[in-house]
Amino acid sequence: MTAAAATKSAIVPRSMVEVRHVSKTYAGGVEALNDLSIDFAEGQLTSLLGPSGCGKTTLLKIIAGLIPASGGEVKVDGRVVTGPGPERAFVFQDFALMPWASVMRNVAFGLELKGMARSEREAVAEKYIASVGLKGFEKAYPHELSGGMRQRAGLARALAVNAKVLLMDEPFSAVDEQTRRKFQEDLLELIARERKTFLFVTHSIEEAVYVSDRIIILSHRPSQVSSIVEPAIVRGGGPDRIRRDPAYLDTVESIWQSLKRYLD
Amino acid sequence: MTIGKFRLPIMSSLLIWAIVWEIAGRTGASFIIPPLSRIFARIIEIVPTAAFGDALWITGKAFILGNLIAIGVGVPLGVLMGRSILADRIFLPWVNMFLSAPLSALVPVIMVVFGAGQTTIVLTVVLFAIWIVVLDARAGVRNITPSLVEMARSFGANRFQAFSKIFIWAALPEILAGVRLGLIRAVKGVVIGQLLVSIVGFGRLFEIYSSRFLMEHFWALLFVLFAFAFAINETLAWLERRFEYFAASRN
Repeated sequence: MTAAAATKSAIVPRSMVEVRHVSKTYAGGVEALNDLSIDFAEGQLTSLLGPSGCGKTTLLKIIAGLIPASGGEVKVDGRVVTGPGPERAFVFQDFALMPWASVMRNVAFGLELKGMARSEREAVAEKYIASVGLKGFEKAYPHELSGGMRQRAGLARALAVNAKVLLMDEPFSAVDEQTRRKFQEDLLELIARERKTFLFVTHSIEEAVYVSDRIIILSHRPSQVSSIVEPAIVRGGGPDRIRRDPAYLDTVESIWQSLKRYLD
Repeated sequence: MTIGKFRLPIMSSLLIWAIVWEIAGRTGASFIIPPLSRIFARIIEIVPTAAFGDALWITGKAFILGNLIAIGVGVPLGVLMGRSILADRIFLPWVNMFLSAPLSALVPVIMVVFGAGQTTIVLTVVLFAIWIVVLDARAGVRNITPSLVEMARSFGANRFQAFSKIFIWAALPEILAGVRLGLIRAVKGVVIGQLLVSIVGFGRLFEIYSSRFLMEHFWALLFVLFAFAFAINETLAWLERRFEYFAASRN
């Protein structure tokens, strides 16, 4: 089932991220991933959905190069991952903003680390701050922003380094429901504009169906690909249309049915 | 505290003790306790003198130099211990031991090695101040949100960048607390160093005053030092409060 599901992606243009036989066993003997193979297509938003503790964040961090895999390999844009790299940018669940730095410095931080001149990097940051809807908050500090605004800053920081792949680890889970909805809508617009490859970890079925081109449903630890869903939703019609689209509702329901069995 | 409708200022108990002291002093019960008013008169008399100025200069030099060494060595060491288990295993037992050890007993040993001079006093200051600086920097670094470290790594920070742009800043509230406590210990260190070496700075003045039973002078000097330590503490505490906002918002 796993292998068949993984190779099903033949219809999509090109694999930007290739996960090959990746295993991960933590020091305590917990087996998070076992021989997992998945492809992530270029220019798409692919969600990793699964029961909590199923190893989806572990997989994302292995792809990011933040933790080493115990076995197998990950290729991003054709190159084997050995650590973090400039072609990938990470959006953190808890935002990971520097509380002592302004929004401007936080967003420009990736460029600052690369040694880009101040005026140059601030011009880039300013553009992305505006594109995530934080214009006017350049000088604000993270503690002055709401959770949703903080994550917007985190997203702008990831966009500013102009990586090909954006890795998003449950980016909206620490954000309240109303903010989250607005954010999801804005994210769709952003995806259409930025044409990057997005990998999106979430535990929310609605969220996955709403934003994804493709949803990979993972089983319990050690993770296996349980099934792959490609929501047949027409995105052009605006957010309200999508949420009432029968295809949207049916997909949510069928994923729920397939995930139910993992709950005790 | 309020008496009837009258709200007492926070420091008002000091006033009562000052009055008790003044009365006790005036009864002439003991030459050790001169009236408080005369001690304050003595402060005004002593402070402008050349002897006091020299003592302040030499003490201040040892104090500042010792603290710079304690902070310059202590903060990086604490950060290293907070990040590296190996470094932590190697240094932590020593740091804990020296933190609670009776350090005054070590001053004569330093004196034997480095002679009865300014070097010994500077080292005494370092010896008193450094351990709490190390421990607090270590605690601060261990408190850093892991995702902040991952963030720096994922955006390509090298070790030096991670240290100078993340660790130091993220641990700043704890580091400042450590520096404040270190400075207060350093006041003890500089005076104890000078008393044991007893030929320079305030230590020499204390020695002269007490051996000649000039208790008014003795108390005056003690009060000046006390005010000095209090001012340092308050300045650092103010600085700490300015950075507290992000200590609370780190997680």
